Amino acid sequence: MSYSAPVKDMRFVLEQVSGLDDVNKLPGYEDATTDIVAAVLEEAGKFAGEVLAPLNWAGDQEGAKWSEDGVTTPAGWKEAYQQFSEAGWNSLAFDTDFGGQGMPGLLSAAVQEMWHSSNMAFGLCPLLTQGAVHAINSHASDALKDAYLEKMISGEWTGTMNLTEPQAGSDLAAVRSRAEPNGDHYLISGQKIFITYGDHDLTENTIHLVLARTPDAPAGVKGISLFVCPKFLLNADGTPGERNDARCVSIEHKLGIHASPTCVMSFGDNGGAVGYLVGEENRGLMYMFTMMNEARLAVGIEGYAMGEMAYQRASAFAKDRKQGPVLLGSGNEGEGIINHPDVRRNLMTMRSQVEAARVMAYDCAAAFDFASKHTDDDVRARFDRRGALLTPIVKGWSTEVGVDICSLGMQVHGGMGFIEETGAAQYLRDVRITPIYEGTTGIQANDLVGRKTQYDGGQGIEELLADMRDTQAALADSGDEHCKYAAPVLGRHIDMIAGASRQILSEENPVLNAAIANDYLMMMGYATGCWAMARSVLAVQSEQDDDFKALKRATCRFYFDAIAPRAVGHYQALENVNEAHFSIAPELL
Amino acid sequence: MKILVAVKRVLDYNVKARVNAEGTGIDLANVKMSMNPFDEIAVEEALRLKEAGKADEVIAVSIGVTQSQETIRTALAMGADRGILVETEEEVQPLGVAKILAAIAAKEEPGLVIVGKQSIDDDSNQTGQMLAGLMDWTQATFASEVNVDGDSMKVTREVDGGLESIELQLPSVITTDLRLNEPRYAKLPNIMKAKKKQLDVLTPAELEVDIAPRLVSVKVEEPPQRKAGEIVASVAELVEKLKNEAKVI
Repeated sequence: MSYSAPVKDMRFVLEQVSGLDDVNKLPGYEDATTDIVAAVLEEAGKFAGEVLAPLNWAGDQEGAKWSEDGVTTPAGWKEAYQQFSEAGWNSLAFDTDFGGQGMPGLLSAAVQEMWHSSNMAFGLCPLLTQGAVHAINSHASDALKDAYLEKMISGEWTGTMNLTEPQAGSDLAAVRSRAEPNGDHYLISGQKIFITYGDHDLTENTIHLVLARTPDAPAGVKGISLFVCPKFLLNADGTPGERNDARCVSIEHKLGIHASPTCVMSFGDNGGAVGYLVGEENRGLMYMFTMMNEARLAVGIEGYAMGEMAYQRASAFAKDRKQGPVLLGSGNEGEGIINHPDVRRNLMTMRSQVEAARVMAYDCAAAFDFASKHTDDDVRARFDRRGALLTPIVKGWSTEVGVDICSLGMQVHGGMGFIEETGAAQYLRDVRITPIYEGTTGIQANDLVGRKTQYDGGQGIEELLADMRDTQAALADSGDEHCKYAAPVLGRHIDMIAGASRQILSEENPVLNAAIANDYLMMMGYATGCWAMARSVLAVQSEQDDDFKALKRATCRFYFDAIAPRAVGHYQALENVNEAHFSIAPELL
Repeated sequence: MKILVAVKRVLDYNVKARVNAEGTGIDLANVKMSMNPFDEIAVEEALRLKEAGKADEVIAVSIGVTQSQETIRTALAMGADRGILVETEEEVQPLGVAKILAAIAAKEEPGLVIVGKQSIDDDSNQTGQMLAGLMDWTQATFASEVNVDGDSMKVTREVDGGLESIELQLPSVITTDLRLNEPRYAKLPNIMKAKKKQLDVLTPAELEVDIAPRLVSVKVEEPPQRKAGEIVASVAELVEKLKNEAKVI
């Protein structure tokens, strides 16, 4: 199935809703003008549609393969990766000092959406490199930066994140891998699991970032250090040389993302893998946390990006597939099932949530751009809070609804959707990992209740509510009937957010706050989505393209009427929470 | 040597063309436009010649509305050095295009002009030939292979019966066929640089070219709907139908 990048909607959100014109006034982002952004989106869309999308299904069927000699990726993967890095796509948002293009995260979010929509299993490779680059760039010594960054930014080498161990999943405090000091480096030993693109045949070197403990490190989270551990050690001239003692010993058999090798990595089977300390000892977990928001945003983007692809396929199928006399359209037999009201409802449910999630993700990316580049400390701090608040919502909600959307995409296909060759099933299998990795929805919900609401004393929420009230006022003051309609809808969601956060801030029993965390997260997702669509309906007033305007208005209206009310169910559930829900002994369950 | 490449802004090849309400042409309101695919091949060939050291500068020329600048920027993002837009709101037919390109060629003195063999909107397949005639230059149409050597070149042409190889003197006009090359994807740094490259805007009047249309479109209509097929019971019935209904045998 071909992928057609929704450049028009992306540009609308970037330019009219999420504030590209403010982001490109930030120092360092001056080049991100509207026309450059448009040109980048056009070309990225072409690449995603013509190079990555055609490999998606074949890659899923063939999958990555393991052997003693290493992991091989599916046919076509290596050539596509080479084209991808040669075209410079890997370098889009990286530091210009090391060959990056220095574009804002806001543009990068849109471009990443295209990679994930067209081929998520492929998109994961540059995504992991991005995390590794940022870890090195933010925390490593100049010597490490000089040795590794340029090649990783260009994409000539890829990066991995070696965090998880069998006993240390969501709880990284349980990490056991060892790092023994040995002259100017350390010798790393231990086993890591779930390492995305931990080994592959795409590039001449792979740079692992590894969490491990030094011999005298304190127990728990405060005793974990971060190391750079290349697959091939570098020669004096910087080229890859001797093989390091780090190997992929097997790959996982998974529900989805078959083409993305998920590796079991073994370090130090033959005496110890050479690793170089990033920053200082015992600060590894803190370094990882600084990148976590970005990684979580990226996974949130994956969630709705897969939804976009599922929508494109379902919509095309529904126009083509004919079953019975229809109630919409001409009412005749021989018209597509898109003219059945229930099928139409499915498509609108998919589309409206994708569009809301897109605004939320771009908002979050823009907030991080302001938080890192704005010249005023207070503005930076405020946007840092905004980005931090939106992150668990984007990660948690957009992936949960992403799964629902891909499931609906299969539903639109009827029985054919359940048949693998149709292709709709792959999106559902692939997207299913997104609510799990990079912190499960449960972890996101706890983060939202704890760090982002309670520990912050509700400040981030208050600021969000203030912005939402400004939008509500603008809607009410508008002469446009579509805006006027949205004002009270947004008002109801503002009240729910305020009520729920009050409940959390005043609740003294931590069990109850933990118990409502998921409902709070989902309610915040639907309500923030309502704000996203409210701003979209405001912005679309000045749109020249009548078809786009009508479609955006209809999609927003559907969201207000049919999707936003889902917040109410979650709100009532969190109001109803009580200890009786958790009083049964585990052995009875 | 300079190479001049003509790039036309047309309805994107993925978009289903619809006749406008007046029946005078294709509806172009709010539809995706992009570079004529044959012109992408022309740009690619010019860039390859430059990369092989056979040319020093590649100039992308477009003729049309202001938005045609985007098409030129696409060529610049692929690697062309500078652009020229001859801006006009008027319809420019192949003869007008050839005259404009001839006027620019007279000024720029390129060794080669490379154009697509046709554009996918009107499929005229005339501009390159007319241009060569106006300039009194050699021409190599439907090129599938080009080898430039000093002031001459060998070109393989896709003709009805197969392939024809010709050798000709520069300056010359090449029109590109589909198999000449596979156009590259623009590289990100070049996309960013494209905006800073020189793009001159001229008008047909400044070039003293008369672009008044010589042809009149009478009517544009959708092709007739294809009728459903029919399964016949026997060969005899098929022959009977071909003879008496379809009247093709």
